[in-house]
Amino acid sequence: MAGTKAYSGWVKTVVLSLLLVLFVFPFLLLLLNSFKENTAITSNPLGLPESFDLANYSKAFDYMNYFGSFFNSLIITVCSVLIISLFAAMTAHYFVRNNTKFSQYTFLMMVASMIIPFQAIMIPLVKIYGSLNMLDNKWSLIYMYLGFGCSLAVFIYHGFVKGVPAELEEAAQIDGCTRTQTFFRIVFPVLAPTTATISILNVLWIWNDYLLPSLVLISPGNRTLPLSTYSFYGTYSVDYGPLMAGLVLTILPIMIVYLFAQKYIIQGVMQGSIK
Amino acid sequence: MNTEKGRWSRLRGGLLFTGPTLFCFLTVMIVPFFYGLYLTFTNWDGISTTQSLVGFDNYLGVFKDAVFWKSFGLTLKYVLFTVILVNAVAFLLAFGLTRGMKGQNIFRAGFFVPNLVGGIVLGLIWQFIFSQVLVYIGTKTGIPFLEASWLSEPGKAFWSLVLVTVWQYAGYMMVIYIAGLMSVPNDILEAASIDGANGWTKLGRITLPLMVPSFVVCIFLTLQRGFMVYDVNLSLTKGGPFKSTEMVSMHVYGKAFLSRDYGLGQAEALVLFLLVTVITLLQVYFSKKLEVEA
Repeated sequence: MAGTKAYSGWVKTVVLSLLLVLFVFPFLLLLLNSFKENTAITSNPLGLPESFDLANYSKAFDYMNYFGSFFNSLIITVCSVLIISLFAAMTAHYFVRNNTKFSQYTFLMMVASMIIPFQAIMIPLVKIYGSLNMLDNKWSLIYMYLGFGCSLAVFIYHGFVKGVPAELEEAAQIDGCTRTQTFFRIVFPVLAPTTATISILNVLWIWNDYLLPSLVLISPGNRTLPLSTYSFYGTYSVDYGPLMAGLVLTILPIMIVYLFAQKYIIQGVMQGSIK
Repeated sequence: MNTEKGRWSRLRGGLLFTGPTLFCFLTVMIVPFFYGLYLTFTNWDGISTTQSLVGFDNYLGVFKDAVFWKSFGLTLKYVLFTVILVNAVAFLLAFGLTRGMKGQNIFRAGFFVPNLVGGIVLGLIWQFIFSQVLVYIGTKTGIPFLEASWLSEPGKAFWSLVLVTVWQYAGYMMVIYIAGLMSVPNDILEAASIDGANGWTKLGRITLPLMVPSFVVCIFLTLQRGFMVYDVNLSLTKGGPFKSTEMVSMHVYGKAFLSRDYGLGQAEALVLFLLVTVITLLQVYFSKKLEVEA
């Protein structure tokens, strides 16, 4: 009995390991080929690179305007995540503590709106913001991320604000805090774990988003990493070497973050899904 | 006096706390949504400043647009297979990774990796694998199945897209299933063991019924993402060859922004929205019926 158990455990480990190799293999292949010349890639894509030549990288670096795109992505992601967390927490807090008809119906409308797919909004969005001359601007994009991201964030915060004891807030107010001070000094810090969850979900989404930035950001100087990767691919689709390097460069930042925050990222996704 | 002051400060508090979010929510989601409804009754070409009302012409156009229905049917087929396969693979991975096996955290972290990377990049990586690596293996080993790029044959290109989607999302859904599996109370499972239930009985009678909420969430997410697929579709196949993998989202994009037929494109987007809404509501309704309390 114990023997079959050990045996089945062993089989499971082997099967899962093979699967894991399959899952990670595309990334390894990408990394290997990013050091090779185009002819070496097309003649043997599985071969090891002869040297760790960085020529592809410097080419990709220049053509993608890597630093520029990286900073665009960074600014857009960080600002969007910050304002989504802050404003959504304030709104959810207000809805929970002022349980009026207004709060209930607005909350319901926000939850219901989550079913609307982006594709049903993108055409009028481009038309409205285009006629207001607000396209091709990072800050418009950040504003839109707040609009698209607030529903889910308010929804998740709403569940957790209920768990914050109202006595805590009353005590702070007796001690002389205004409602705003109470929120920033007591409630928002208590909600930190939820804020972490929401931030993780939003970073994964906004950092990698393609369709919305491709509609809003027009000039090359405003491009985010996914945008510049794709336009780089459009110009260099046959030159595999620099393309592979470009893809590695695009993946690199989030992989580095994952290396350090892997546990929290997986936890965040776990918590975000339990509704 | 006092109450008036109180009302004013309450109103100010409400504006401060909900104002920015609600204003943004209204101007980014709600106004465009209803304006989009209006657009479906116009013939805006994307350039002229004016447009005229054309009644239900665009909706008639939707029914006449054979390419739209073809891509719609294709999307349904894609959604059907990806929902089943992603969830099956994800559940099996989660099931294998919750019994305290050695290094299970490394496995979990590894399977999740594709979800860190955007669809555009994943599509480009697999484009390289399908058009170079597999063809190389095919010609070296003489396996005819691999000799020509899968992306150049309509039937195989569709399955390539399904394969990449399963690879992309299985790890994400796995994480949700792991959370679900871990919430199944151990004492119930132990009690069942004492009563003589074997592994399969426990899985079928206890674990799966208690996991219904996780299945609801995962199927909801895979349905939504499946219907909306765009990034991977664009960078893996560009809808080709011969539009054989053009999913509905890409078709709507093309109608509006490439053919400059915004009214028709928006009408098609709304038809898509209605169908997705009906399907997801039905799914949630029927799965909620299956839910049990521990």
